[in-house]
Amino acid sequence: MTRPLVEAAALSKHFTLGGGGLFRRPGETLRAVDGVDLRIMEGETLGLVGESGCGKSTLGRLLIRLIEASDGQVLFDGADITGLPPAKLRSLRRAMQIIFQDPYGALNPRMAVEDIVMEPMVIHGAKPDAAARQRVAAMLELVGLPRQAALRFPHEFSGGQRQRIGIARALVLRPRFIVCDEAVSALDVSVQAQIVNLLQDLQREMGLTYLFIAHDLSVVRHISDRVAVMYLGRVVEIAPKAAIYDAPMHPYTRALIAAVPAPHPAGRAARRAARLRVEGEMPSALNLPPGCRFHTRCPHAMAVCRSVSPPLREYAPGHSTACHLHDPQHRPAATEEFAA
Amino acid sequence: MSETGALPLEATLAAPEAEPRRRHPAWATLRRLFRHRLFVTGLVLFGIIAFMAAAAPWITDANPNRLSMRNKFQPPGGDWVFGTDNFGRSLWSRVVWGAQLSVMIGLSVVALNAVFGTLIGALAGYFRRLDNILMRVNDALMAFPAILLAIGVTAMLGPSTFNVILALGIVYIPRTARIVRASVIVLREMEYVQAAVAAGAGHWRILRHHILPNAMAPMIVQLSFLFAYAVLSEATLSFLGLGAVPPTPTWGNIMAEGRDFMRDAPWIIAIPGVTLMITVLGLNMLGDGLRDVLDPRLRIQQ
Repeated sequence: MTRPLVEAAALSKHFTLGGGGLFRRPGETLRAVDGVDLRIMEGETLGLVGESGCGKSTLGRLLIRLIEASDGQVLFDGADITGLPPAKLRSLRRAMQIIFQDPYGALNPRMAVEDIVMEPMVIHGAKPDAAARQRVAAMLELVGLPRQAALRFPHEFSGGQRQRIGIARALVLRPRFIVCDEAVSALDVSVQAQIVNLLQDLQREMGLTYLFIAHDLSVVRHISDRVAVMYLGRVVEIAPKAAIYDAPMHPYTRALIAAVPAPHPAGRAARRAARLRVEGEMPSALNLPPGCRFHTRCPHAMAVCRSVSPPLREYAPGHSTACHLHDPQHRPAATEEFAA
Repeated sequence: MSETGALPLEATLAAPEAEPRRRHPAWATLRRLFRHRLFVTGLVLFGIIAFMAAAAPWITDANPNRLSMRNKFQPPGGDWVFGTDNFGRSLWSRVVWGAQLSVMIGLSVVALNAVFGTLIGALAGYFRRLDNILMRVNDALMAFPAILLAIGVTAMLGPSTFNVILALGIVYIPRTARIVRASVIVLREMEYVQAAVAAGAGHWRILRHHILPNAMAPMIVQLSFLFAYAVLSEATLSFLGLGAVPPTPTWGNIMAEGRDFMRDAPWIIAIPGVTLMITVLGLNMLGDGLRDVLDPRLRIQQ
């Protein structure tokens, strides 16, 4: 964890809705990701959490250039890859891969497992010969599948096994950076644990760097080194795992963590006492509130929150948040409890 | 599932170097098709017509146009299986050779659609920049009622077998393209397509390996119905005198000629009519069966 492998600088993705047609007016703009700065260190797992629709999947796809950024830059291993021409991008693709959520939609139903796992190799110039098949078999064994699985088709496997196939496909080119886009969210809890452990083993063996996107906070807690919290296209808090779970700074993070069911009754009581309620729905990314995006639901909203957007600032070592409550300039007396 | 997997497994264990047998998912689909009663009935009905068409030179005397004025208006049965027409030509011969022409035209229209419908649909669905242009042209063609457009095109080009194929192609390709486009739009967002992009696959590879094979099912269904429409439209056109030029027998022009003698020799119009009905019914049943088995949206409802 010495240097950043992947960096986002003022990264934005704006989608224009309903526009572009011959007789249609230019549509509204959806700000899925809006000015995100992020660093993912080599060898670490960065958890990325947030409600559905907050832009976490979009951010993940931007980082590996599965979609093109509207603004800002992505740096991989120190080099700007935002404007890379297709030919150079292709060779870069070896280094970064993605694992998807839906184990049913992520595998082409008309291809045998061997062809699915081999495809990235073939794209990058390998001949589909015995040596390649050998490598596929080794890969399948690495992810915990029998090598005979190579000849079967996706419909013959369970959800967890399919996810293993997806992992094998992502890893066959020996990438350095993997985006796990809700990689375990669609699986049974017992299978989730197996896949999470597999991902951790593979990380150790192959020195991988993960961006682990999820909405399940306990899974994120288990696998991550650091955690970033997203709200409406922005990162609102980022900190080492322990700090974010034990001393969350942003009111949104506090609410998220308070909402995780506590396993122990004593914990529950304590949690209830400190519970922080967030009411209402997340505003639409088509029509963002002015100032802090969270002020419409924040129990501590102040006048400044309605007009000035708080910058992401480091308030404790390695612990940054975008909230006026922690800014000495704005910090009100009534929320003294927040200044941990 | 265990039954499906057992064989290839053992094969690999015994001889790891040999190319093992793969159970492609298409096998299961085929098995389901042949258990589908409607599909099998349709296949048999259409099979009869297809056999007639293929075997025409051997099951009739070679010339469907041989006149025999002494034998005109012979009713079906006896020496003349299907009777004779106003020139004493064997109706059996004429209907069988007509079947050959119908099937040939149907197949050609289906082939034209399979190639150009897929091409246009795939381009429009995959390259969204082309979508607007291609689909507006498509919409313009689809705005005409099918048979009217076909009549217009053949009237312009003149009646001939080739022109009928061309006209029906122009009429139906936009419809096929729409269906292909719809599946391509859905498929290009699938995660396995995203995975291929992430692996660095080019457009051609993605279309060929990931999108088109999965867009086949709705297209096959569409093409089986299209076959029926094409045969029906061809009969309509030649009934109106816009099809193959007489004396070449087609079901349409046999019926057109027979219309004048409907009261005294009803079989002249009835027999090609029934054959046409069997063809269209068979193809529609076949298409319904295919749709039930191949179209996932309907499979979920079962």
